Amino acid sequence: MASIITVSGLTKSYASGFQALKGVDLAIEEGEIFALLGPNGAGKTTMISIICGNVRPTGGSVTVAGHDIIRDYRGSRSAIGLVPQELHTDAFEQVIDTVTFSRGLFGKPRNDAYIEKILRDLSLWDKRNNKILELSGGMKRRVMIAKALSHEPRVLFLDEPTAGVDVELRRDMWKLIGELRQTGVTIILTTHYIEEAEEMADRVGVINRGELVLVEEKTALMKKLGKKTLTIVLAEAMSAVPPDLDEWQVTLKADGHEMEYVFDTQAERTGVSSLLRRLGDLGIGYKDLNTQQSSLEDIFVSLVHREKAA
Amino acid sequence: MNGFNARAIWSIYKFELHRFRRTWLTGLLVPVITTSLYFVVFGGAIGSRMTQIDGIPYAAFIVPGLIMMSMFTESIFNASFGIYMPKFTGTIYELLSAPVSAMETIIAYVGAAATKSLIVGTIIFLTAHLFVDLPVAHPLAMAVFMVLIAVSFCLFGFILGIWAQSFEQLQVIPLLIIMPMTFLGGAFYSIHMLAEPWRTITLFNPIVYLISGFRWTFFGRGDVGIEFSLLFIAGMLALCLAIIGWMFRTGYRLKK
Repeated sequence: MASIITVSGLTKSYASGFQALKGVDLAIEEGEIFALLGPNGAGKTTMISIICGNVRPTGGSVTVAGHDIIRDYRGSRSAIGLVPQELHTDAFEQVIDTVTFSRGLFGKPRNDAYIEKILRDLSLWDKRNNKILELSGGMKRRVMIAKALSHEPRVLFLDEPTAGVDVELRRDMWKLIGELRQTGVTIILTTHYIEEAEEMADRVGVINRGELVLVEEKTALMKKLGKKTLTIVLAEAMSAVPPDLDEWQVTLKADGHEMEYVFDTQAERTGVSSLLRRLGDLGIGYKDLNTQQSSLEDIFVSLVHREKAA
Repeated sequence: MNGFNARAIWSIYKFELHRFRRTWLTGLLVPVITTSLYFVVFGGAIGSRMTQIDGIPYAAFIVPGLIMMSMFTESIFNASFGIYMPKFTGTIYELLSAPVSAMETIIAYVGAAATKSLIVGTIIFLTAHLFVDLPVAHPLAMAVFMVLIAVSFCLFGFILGIWAQSFEQLQVIPLLIIMPMTFLGGAFYSIHMLAEPWRTITLFNPIVYLISGFRWTFFGRGDVGIEFSLLFIAGMLALCLAIIGWMFRTGYRLKK
């Protein structure tokens, strides 16, 4: 697949001396969903803002659909739809007017049928004549997505699409993003909800303190860094871990009714069978066994911690 | 789509005029009422004692000054508000991320603000006819002058809107600088009526040249020569365009 966005050596320093980006290289493939993860202030929004034209880069270069974002900003910006993190709307405008305005602003000829389609897809059609200030927060977010899609972009940036959105709406948003992807739009989203990346992304990039620490296919990442947790439900509660089990570093949970063992799925010996054998030797009975894959969240936390330690 | 984004200009222009339409009652009625009040006070009460300035009836003499004063205020207010509001609400993100050049942005915002300012100027001009007999010596020059004034003051307002970081800053320049300069710039009197040294000092006020020039288009004479007036407008246009050009090149208060 061809890259639709190429970022090379991108840096951004502010007048205060703060370095928001320290030489980021990244290639986004056409048609993928890419999740950019990172704690607050890591540089996620700065990077998106530079690509979209809202912030000036200090160094490095970016091309979008083959167009340099500075020299050929018309070409690159025409290919991009941006949904910023904050709900910035013209409160007194009607929904349909503001979406039609966005299409014109991006230089596209009027197309009422297409605007109607977007509004219907986003369940905004019934609200098309409402003023934006009359809408709920979730609906306003949809209006902003409609504005971003109004000029038929090839790339859609969603900066924290579900920040401050309730659980149900978040599910809706995920479904929506999945549907958008079906239309062939490349989607780049930033989030600090790991489950969001886990749910939707094809690839994940982790950014921390202005540096891209990792870019990986989500599944490969989870396999590579994934730890599994074995939970052993004990027949009888225990007050302390027997010294004979020190080797496995197990911990007790649920008032001593459960024993937890964390192992690396990639290790040559996972230690699961030897642990169970030892339990049998010690005469410790168990009622149930259960293993769990660690989430991206755990991976992320361990990555960020490793960075801090270094 | 690498040419000129005329559709963007048209979209912004329509958006801005739509914004004005929402407040058309105050926007259009206020200048009519203000003009009428000026005529009652200056034209009726005071004018009856002054009768003539430079051979022009006083009530007619103040019309160009009155139009200019309203157009200065309207232009600065509309243009500064037009660009300040998106900055304030955050909707400017869309403009900055759109394939729109600095020149296109200026044409759209300044064009819309100047349109409204011209509408207000025309309304005052027409309202004045209800009160006085108003000959216009150079109608074409008058129209061109109004357009130049509207555009240059809208450019100035646009700069103000980009510069301002609070509503107070937005108001401070028009109210504390432009308004006094207009009053002292011969809007309601001829500077020949002043004694020295005030007459010479007044000549340092650029507004004098603008009002005088506009008055020339009505009566064929002003406080200073028309060529000086045109020079001042040209200078103001050039200065504003240079400042805006610099603002967009450096991203001043628009882009970090």
